Amino acid sequence: MSLTQLVFWTFSALAVVGAAMCITRRSPVASALWLVQTLFSLAALFVVLDAQFIAVLQVLVYAGAIMVLFLFVIMLLNLGRAGPSDLKGPAGLAVATLLGGLLFFQLLRGATPSAAGTRGGNVMAQLQEEQGIVGAVARPLFSQYLIPFEITSVLLLAAIVGAVVLAKRKL
Amino acid sequence: MLLGPSLAVSAVLFALGVAGVLLRRNAIVIFMCVELMLNAVNLTFVALAQSLGVAGQIFVFFVMAVAAAEAAVGLAIILAIYRHKQTVDLQNINLLKG
Repeated sequence: MSLTQLVFWTFSALAVVGAAMCITRRSPVASALWLVQTLFSLAALFVVLDAQFIAVLQVLVYAGAIMVLFLFVIMLLNLGRAGPSDLKGPAGLAVATLLGGLLFFQLLRGATPSAAGTRGGNVMAQLQEEQGIVGAVARPLFSQYLIPFEITSVLLLAAIVGAVVLAKRKL
Repeated sequence: MLLGPSLAVSAVLFALGVAGVLLRRNAIVIFMCVELMLNAVNLTFVALAQSLGVAGQIFVFFVMAVAAAEAAVGLAIILAIYRHKQTVDLQNINLLKG
């Protein structure tokens, strides 16, 4: 097993364990912190998969900003202590296991990489060698995908206004 | 090339996210499970971008922007619900129940 594979499987295991703990812990704070572990492990997987820029964004935006937002809301609502379990009863557990398992096997069946997926060899590594790690993502982002990029700013503005309006006690 | 294993890990994470949404009643934890599903899809995009070109990574960039906006608005909604009902347990939020 090569080093890349070793790193990949280690962080995959960490991500899956973090996700499993996240959905089973009673305290929302514990759930959030296990989710942070999953997000960090995913960032490491992104590095293995030649997406270093996306990995940095993952740590900054997800693990840094979004999870802090979650923890702040948990703190504001004073939900930190594990109350009575909010897991659904045996029926809920059965439904969740059944549907989750079914979905997993369906996804796995569709996830066998076809010839089309591996045809080009490692395109990203080539691109990064030619244009640099950030350049490979930034160049198309500011040329081919410029309009979606600009529309994102409008989306974020709408989100800011919406969050303030919704969360304010009295306008 | 780790395309196959990446897609498998992504499937596991997505299924765990769905199971979490079905299993929990705390609105905030359900919201975290939705974030988990978004991340599973991001992993798929990045794995496929490795051999199919940079478009996948750019899509992940947009997914992250939308997820950040969604988290801000969603958590504001949860705050508003808590102010109204004093709970975030979805069992007690049944205004639309027939």
